Amino acid sequence: MPSRRAHRRVAADAGLLVVAAAFVLPLAWVLLSAVDPHADLRVRVPDGLTLGNFDAVLTPDVTFTPLLNSLVLCGSGTLLTVACAALAAYPLSRFRSRFNRPFLLTILFATCLPITAIMVPVYALFVRVNLIDTMQGTILFFAASQLPFAVWLMKNFMDGVPRELEEAAWTDGASAFQSLTRIVLPLMGPGVAVVTVFSFVMMWGNFFVPFMLLLSPDQMPASVSINDFFGNRGTVVYGQLAAFSVVYSTPVILLYVVVAGRVGSGFALGGAVKG
Amino acid sequence: MRAAGRPLSRTLTRALPVTPAVVLLVLFLAGPIAYCAYIAFTDLQLTGQAESSFIGFENFRTAFKDKAFLNAVWLTLVFTVLSSLLGQNTLGLALAALMQRASKPVRTLVGGIVITAWVLPEVVAGFLLYAFFRREGTLNAILAWLHLPSQNWLFTLPILAVSFANVWRGTAFSMLVYSAALNEIPKEITEAAEMDGAGGWRRMWHITLPMIRRSIGTNLMLNTLQTLSVFGLIWVMTRGGPGNRSQTLPLFMYEQAFQKSMIGYGTAVALLLLVVGSLFSVVYMRLLRTEV
Repeated sequence: MPSRRAHRRVAADAGLLVVAAAFVLPLAWVLLSAVDPHADLRVRVPDGLTLGNFDAVLTPDVTFTPLLNSLVLCGSGTLLTVACAALAAYPLSRFRSRFNRPFLLTILFATCLPITAIMVPVYALFVRVNLIDTMQGTILFFAASQLPFAVWLMKNFMDGVPRELEEAAWTDGASAFQSLTRIVLPLMGPGVAVVTVFSFVMMWGNFFVPFMLLLSPDQMPASVSINDFFGNRGTVVYGQLAAFSVVYSTPVILLYVVVAGRVGSGFALGGAVKG
Repeated sequence: MRAAGRPLSRTLTRALPVTPAVVLLVLFLAGPIAYCAYIAFTDLQLTGQAESSFIGFENFRTAFKDKAFLNAVWLTLVFTVLSSLLGQNTLGLALAALMQRASKPVRTLVGGIVITAWVLPEVVAGFLLYAFFRREGTLNAILAWLHLPSQNWLFTLPILAVSFANVWRGTAFSMLVYSAALNEIPKEITEAAEMDGAGGWRRMWHITLPMIRRSIGTNLMLNTLQTLSVFGLIWVMTRGGPGNRSQTLPLFMYEQAFQKSMIGYGTAVALLLLVVGSLFSVVYMRLLRTEV
């Protein structure tokens, strides 16, 4: 038996490596092109190493302003989502009420709605109420669009914190808000981290929402401004596009690695969506 | 259930923390959906906001006679079946199953690569696969190296190229869901089947798949919903073209609303998409029913 098992492991390894080779090619292109002085569209070993592409894109106009815009949009949106989700999850997790079930079902339903489909009416609505092309409007919409999933995740994580720990605090006269912020949230640190990182990563990569709701170029986040490499500047400098892609993608990859390392690479997805 | 005699004020106090979330959801999610359902029945245009009038089902009648709309429905179907059903779902399951048997370093490496593709921002993923499929891109370079005929993929088979792009980007999700599901199957069961002499494929078909069928349902639902609303990936790679040969419903909706200024018509298409999405949501909720 052992030899057969070893044989099977080699076969599985080989199969996985073949698939991985196909997956790695586009990633290799962006990494190699970013340091290639003469990058084009195919994967190849650079004929010389350069940081010139990074030098060229790391300017306020091309990189810093869009990244700062992304940070303001996604940071504020995430804070708002996580705060609202934590508050909403508390009574849902701790108190029994006949409203809990319908509320959670509505939340779950909203989690699944294709947000893309409502962007045209959101645009029309934002024009009417003067929220179009404003950071605060976009932040509020971002927060609302991530909120259903955030509430759902947060409630599931909160259910995992035993009630007994709070009951002691209640007898000492702590309010519900105090026991939420001082006892429950610290105890579900990894859960809060997952909700925060997940919301942030989703917003950071989102293209359609800012593309629709923001108009002036100086407010655009990186997800939209990256298209300028194609449009207005004549021929595309692929090395610079690659360098910008690396700079723009690095934060979310790092965040993922940090959270996955601490919570387990299932990213709590298993717990959130398992059926 | 509110116990008899429990004061109403207490229920209200307890519900207070939910208020910010409810306000946000009502204003920015329920509001637009209601507005969507309203303007889908008007002839609202991008210019001249003042006079839009109620035109009943006219937009929907137009849509079902519109060749471009029917083309978009067909392409959305092709895109969803190819990339979600056949692509992400099957490949994700295959990867998860292989990972159960693979050695740890290979598992970590492959998982890392596949997940990186998933975590990358949508637009970046679009550019990477644009470069991959272009005439001068990596795919043709490999084909030439193998002495196979190359072609301009984004021109000849745009819907296939964007479907592959979506598989590249989305497979990690299925892989994670199935890995979690497979880990929960007790070892004794598979080992017993092995002792009885059941081969790999038969074990997969008769034992593994039935045991993870709920995960399969959940995963298919979520994949399909996600795929239905893909916009940025296709926009970056092809803009829906050439012509409208990769124009799925979200791109069609966008074109009608903004490039042709027909907000009312674009919204009617959006409403159809929303209804299809809602149907999938309801099925998904039934699958999860026991857990709420």
